[in-house]
This record gives sequence, C-alpha cells and structure tokens, in this order.
Amino acid sequence: MKIIEFIKDLNWSARIGLIIILFFAFCAAFAPWVAPYGESQIVGDVWEPIGGEFLFGTDLIGRDMLSRLIFGARNTIVLALITTACSFSLGALMGFLAATMGGWVDQLLSRIVDIIISVPTLIAALIVVSAVGTSFFVLAAVIGIIYAMPVYRIARAVAMDVEVMDYVEAARLRGEGLWWIMKREILPNAMTPLAAEFGLRFCFVFLLISGLSFLGLGLQPPLADWGAMVRSNSEGIAWGFMHPLIPASCIALLTIGINLLVDSLVHKASGLRDDH
Amino acid sequence: MILKRVGLGLFTLLAISLLITVGVEMLSGDVCTAILGQMASEETVAACHKKLDLDRPMFVRYVEWLFNFLQGDMGNSLANERTVLELISARIGNTLYLAALSSLVAIPLGISLGVVAALYRNTGFDRGISVTTLSTISVPDFFVAYILMALFAVKFQIFPAISNVSSGMGFWERFYVSGLPVLTLTLISIAHMMRMTRASIVNLLASPYIEMAKLKGIKPGRIIVKHALPNAWAPIIQVVILNIAFMVVGVVIIEVVFVYPGLGALMVDSVQLRNMPVVQATAMIFAAAYVLLNLLADVLSIIANPRLRHRR
Repeated sequence: MKIIEFIKDLNWSARIGLIIILFFAFCAAFAPWVAPYGESQIVGDVWEPIGGEFLFGTDLIGRDMLSRLIFGARNTIVLALITTACSFSLGALMGFLAATMGGWVDQLLSRIVDIIISVPTLIAALIVVSAVGTSFFVLAAVIGIIYAMPVYRIARAVAMDVEVMDYVEAARLRGEGLWWIMKREILPNAMTPLAAEFGLRFCFVFLLISGLSFLGLGLQPPLADWGAMVRSNSEGIAWGFMHPLIPASCIALLTIGINLLVDSLVHKASGLRDDH
Repeated sequence: MILKRVGLGLFTLLAISLLITVGVEMLSGDVCTAILGQMASEETVAACHKKLDLDRPMFVRYVEWLFNFLQGDMGNSLANERTVLELISARIGNTLYLAALSSLVAIPLGISLGVVAALYRNTGFDRGISVTTLSTISVPDFFVAYILMALFAVKFQIFPAISNVSSGMGFWERFYVSGLPVLTLTLISIAHMMRMTRASIVNLLASPYIEMAKLKGIKPGRIIVKHALPNAWAPIIQVVILNIAFMVVGVVIIEVVFVYPGLGALMVDSVQLRNMPVVQATAMIFAAAYVLLNLLADVLSIIANPRLRHRR
C-alpha cells in the first residue's frame, strides 16, 4: 500500500506526469498487443486523414500511424532507457573512482570530462555517428558516453561528501579494497541524489535521440521511431497534413510528463520553496 | 584571472581539435582496407596509405591539419571536387545571419519579459509565462518549428514553409524568406533567457539590501530596475551569451526543418554521406564557436562583477 500513499502525496502536476509516463510505458511494454496493426504493415492509402478509419491516419506509404506510434514508443523509450543506464553506470563509476582515489586520477578524469563536456552534445553525437554509423548499440554507447560526463560531475561531488565520512576512513583502516569501498560505502549513500538526476537525464537523452533520428541518423527504417516519423512525414505539412505533429507531440508529452514528476519530487526532497 | 580563463579556453579548443581528429580517425577504421577489401595485399594497402597521405604518424598529420586549418585550408570535400573552405564560406554567412537576427529580437524581449515576470511574480501573468516557457524548453526544437510552420506557412500563409535563401536576394526578401527559422529560434531562446533573468532577479530580491530599499518605501519597479538589475547583470550576460552559443549550435535542427542553406544543414548532409573532411571542419567550427562564446561569457561576467575582478 506504499504505492497508494506515494501517489496521495504527489501534487496534481506530478500526478499528471505520472499518468503520462505510465501510459507510454504501458504502450511500450505491450506494443504487439496494443497496436491494431503491425509495425511496418501497409494498411491503407497514403496519408489517410486523422480521425477517419485510422485514428491517427496513415503515414507517407500507408502504414497505420497509431501502430507505428506504439511500436515507436517501444523502440525509442527502450533505447533512451538503456542509454541513460549506460551513462549512469559509466559516469558514476568514474565519479566514484575519482573521489575515492583522488590525486592524479581525479585530475586526469576531471580534465578529460571538462573537455568532452565543452563540445555541444548534438555536435559530438554527429561526429561519432558519422564515423561509426548508426546501429542500436552504437547509438546507446555513443550517447551514453556523452551523457556520462555530467553524471560524472554529480557523482564525483556526491562521493566527495561521502568520502570524508568516518565510516569510509574506518573501512580504509580495516584494509578494505577500493572496489569494496565504492560499492558498499559510497554507492548506497550516493543512490538518492543520483536517482533524482536519472529522470532529468533521461529527458535530455530522449530529446537527443529524437533529434538524431529526426536528422535521419537514429534507428534506421523500417523500425518505427518517433523522431524519424516526424521527419519522414514532414513533407505532408506543406499539403496541410498534420501527421508529423503527432509523433512530435508524443515526444513533447513524454518529456513534459517526466519533467512534471521529477520537478515535484526534487522540490519535495530538497524542501525548497520559491516564494518571495 | 581573466588571462587564466582565456588560457584555459584556448587549451580546451586545442584539446577538442585533437579529440575530433583522433576520434574520427580511430573510429572510422582504416579507409584503405575498407576501400580495397580484406583480401588486399599488403603492398596495395601501403600504396593506398601513401596516396591518401596516411603513412605518416597520426600526430604529425594532426599538427599539419591544425596549421592548415588555422590558415583556412580545410582540405577537399570527398563528395565533389570543391574545397571544404568553399563549401563552408558559402554557408557560414547564412547561419550567422540567422543567429544574429534571432538574437536581435530575442535578447531584449527575453530580458524585459524576465524583468516583468519578476516584478509581477506569482501572479497569473507570471504563471502563464512560466508555463509557456517551460513547455517550449521541454519539447524538441523541431516540434516548435513544425507547429510554427503549420500555423504561419500552411494555415495563414504568411511566411514560406521552406527558406531557400540565395545570395542574390535583397534585404527584405531574405528577411521574409527566413522569417520562420528566425521566429522558431527566437521563441526557444526567449524561453531560456526569460527564465534565467527572472530567476536571478527573484534570487536577488531576497537579499537584505533589497529588503532595506523596500522598507524605505521605494516603489517595486524602481527597486528592480535600479537596485536589483545592476547586480543581476553578470548572470544575465552569462545567459545571453550562452543562448547565442546555443543558437549557433541549435541552429542545426532548425536549418534542416526549413531546408535553410546554413552550416548545420551542411554538416548533417555530410554526416549522412560520411564526408569526413567536411564533418571535421564544420564540427570544429561549431565547437569553437561554442567554446569561445562560453569563454566570452565568463570573461564578461568577471568584468561585470567587481568582486570577481578584484580578487583578494
């Protein structure tokens, strides 16, 4: 019954956010059962109107938009989740290493991160994608590494605070190894702030992935992907077809939903008030 | 202090250029084995290396590339017989025009909206603005672009949907054709600027000297403009320049949406064609613009803040 209490505790905007996230998560998880047609099944004429026989019409080669949206939710969200998880594992590992080992390791890692972080993310992603191409794992790895840099900074800062505690000192004196200290002393204490960051970082990753696939450099067709769906249907807009706006608003809706939830959680956790 | 920051910025630039060249080189693998296939004999591969100038150590080639780059020689495009410099110089003006025009509209509007929102904070006006800007920030750039396109190009037909500017256009015609990209960029960056301006002023309003001014009975408008704003300049300058930096980079997606012949569209096209010299050069330009603008922001805020200028 903890879940019900948790929901009761949220304010209305966070609840809306939660509903949006759960809705998309449901679509993503049960895509083959929810979607009326197959992912790349051609079911009708080109650009059939929205709200007719097909709820969201059909796309530029006659595939059902709704089905593609649902499968797209699966592809895009799973890719973004894996990528965010990669960036957190890598960033946290580097951050903890820098904080526990200190000295030249810290200096070296921090300077490298400083440099990588000063390249705009989209540009960095474009360079790497142009060199190694776009497959699911390449995208996850590349964007994961790029977004590991801000995570490194947070993880390092948090771990620095933990590292000076007496119990870490005690573990050191006990002769525990570096890995043990990182896993058993620092990680549990750094978990909460890192978890709070996760939602926010997921949004950035998600937007970057959509941007890349919008530029035709994300997941390749026939896999459905929201960003690519916007791009491939964009010609329709000049003829008055509003189809590309549907996947675009899905991207927008999901990011706004996550922002709403994360905002209120962070707000509550930090006890901040922004009156005056 | 300033010198140290400038030095750091230049070092970063150098490191980025190294990162880009080495990264591209390592990631793309051996071009020659890719062309000739796995079965090629060692001699043919070596000959190919010699032809493409790959037989010398990477570092030597990097230094050479850097010097050529600084002199404006960026090599040849792989897709056609033109030099990279030629391709870029044809486009860079368009991108700068877009960024400059949007900044011209967005900066005054963003700051004044921020001040007004701080003045009437927690009223309906403030909430309305804050919800609008928050949603502009959290949606993808191309969403804003397409909404504007659907509205102004399709529904009301005020601006053309595709902004294919060409060099022969007069000022007004160019202005008209690039209307939608400018509008999109402006909207997105106003949101950032307005929020930061509001936040930094609201933050200052909590400080004791503002409380004092309030107790002396000074009008709220005067407090904000005369007392709070001067102290808020440093963060505002930061925001403004960071926004220009964002524009120069964020322009990539907007240019693609409106088929605007700028640097960003060139970069995306080259990435798709794997035209590495062009990708490398455009990436370097974007990264340099970003780093230099960040540097400028830091230097200006040091100058604007006496406490940072005179370090104890």
